[in-house]
Amino acid sequence: MAQIQSPLPGTFYRQPSPEEPPFKSAGDAVAVGDTIGLIEVMKTFIQVNAEDPGTFKAYVAEDGAPVMAGDVLAELDG
Amino acid sequence: MKIKRLLIANRGEIAVRIIRAAKALGIHTIQAHSEADADMLAVKLADEAICIGPAPSRESYLDIQKVVSAAQGTGADAVHPGYGFLSESPAFARALESAGIIYVGPSADTIERMGDKVAARIAAEAAGVPVVPGSKGRIASVDEAAAVATEIGYPVMIKAAAGGDGRGIRIANDEAALRKLAPMAQSEAEAAFGDGGLYLERAVQSPRHIEVQILGDGSDAIHCYERECSLQRRRQKVWEEAGAVCLDDETRESLCASAVALAKSVQYRGAGTLEYLYDEARNEFYFIEMNTRIQVEHPISEMITGVDLVQEMIRVCAGEPLQYSQSDIKATGHAIEVRICAEDPFMQFLPFPGKVQTLIEPTGDGIRFDHFLYEGYQIPPFYDSLLGKLIVHADTRAAAIDKLREALRDLRLEGLKTTAPLHLALADDPDVQVGAFHTQWLEPWLDAGNLAATAKGDAA
Repeated sequence: MAQIQSPLPGTFYRQPSPEEPPFKSAGDAVAVGDTIGLIEVMKTFIQVNAEDPGTFKAYVAEDGAPVMAGDVLAELDG
Repeated sequence: MKIKRLLIANRGEIAVRIIRAAKALGIHTIQAHSEADADMLAVKLADEAICIGPAPSRESYLDIQKVVSAAQGTGADAVHPGYGFLSESPAFARALESAGIIYVGPSADTIERMGDKVAARIAAEAAGVPVVPGSKGRIASVDEAAAVATEIGYPVMIKAAAGGDGRGIRIANDEAALRKLAPMAQSEAEAAFGDGGLYLERAVQSPRHIEVQILGDGSDAIHCYERECSLQRRRQKVWEEAGAVCLDDETRESLCASAVALAKSVQYRGAGTLEYLYDEARNEFYFIEMNTRIQVEHPISEMITGVDLVQEMIRVCAGEPLQYSQSDIKATGHAIEVRICAEDPFMQFLPFPGKVQTLIEPTGDGIRFDHFLYEGYQIPPFYDSLLGKLIVHADTRAAAIDKLREALRDLRLEGLKTTAPLHLALADDPDVQVGAFHTQWLEPWLDAGNLAATAKGDAA
């Protein structure tokens, strides 16, 4: 099982915008470089991209939650 | 002084600035803060502090009800909004007015009127202030557009009359281009807004951004001369100067007089700024908008005039008359401010909310560093990246640039990445040294790799 960690402190978002579905859902295939969320840091949005391939298991961080660098945002199977 | 207890509804360096001004006036200070800002410098400096909500601004600094309740709960008789957040919200000013609390700024009606670009343009024209030459109203046909464009002069911007925010703007350099672009703009406007009406405005080429600082007490108004803020990146000011060396004295006088005329015509109260585009080739200026609050770059006007703008805005909003008349305001020397932001200029300005390990401030005559840092402070990631402003004042512009370079070298901010190296590179640039720039200058300069070409790592 692989974990995806936040590269920066900030606010985590699971969706590209409030009107759109989350980047990933349980069971989705994840390729290296796929965006799984956004971190808002100082009014700038930074993409969080997968560094390992796998199958999306679940988000760990809540949508809109403050996170620190290194906090686990999501988990992958495989 | 009618104001005894002032709530500061802001954060960062401007909250520190307001607390210092209020204390100098003998006012008790109450700092409002989010949960993420409990350890910020303004909280430590204020006489008391009150938490108004969680980290996200919309649940704290932008929540009108929470700020008004905090003011009521702490017995504040006035609120200073700073800049950003609720500083240009008529609803906020109105909520305080109805709660019987003084708002340190103009009336809600003035904020509303000057915040509407069309209403502000009408107010400016009525006060005799030049605006960007444009069509009087909606243009319905291509022939009419061509006739109007000939009158206002090419190049012209073609905009949808029903649109806003600059979307779908086209620029025509001559009549042939206009006749080709106008029908496209019409059909696009028809599709987007159900109204094919167009609006034409002269496209000011490579304008300089010049603004005038004004102070009003509701009946009288004065100016504290102009600032030039043409060095911008993504429409954010990066480096600001007072005065604008591109202006001759006659143009400066008429520019500043126009700002005072507009401020008086709207019975302005508080500190405000009128922003203009300056067309250097034509030696013409055009009003674009008014900011009805204190601005980030206000210290350079303070340095050249000796007026404490934040103290003065508190006084006049407490109902006192202006303590200056225009003849008291003299501009001396030249001042420059650079914005020190928590961004890595060598990494596409990626935000860097680090922890301050070492802080050594530059000191000396004519050097000022307005900031909210202390050693051990962890910069929260939830707000904008402005850490502080380094301000210098000297007899001449060349001497101010030299002083800025020295102050930037003396500034030590370890544990952070900041935009200080950008300012050092700008101070060494030949165009900057002769003042040959405009609002479209900095981004191409960065794109051309001018910053990357400077030595890395030898700056603060």
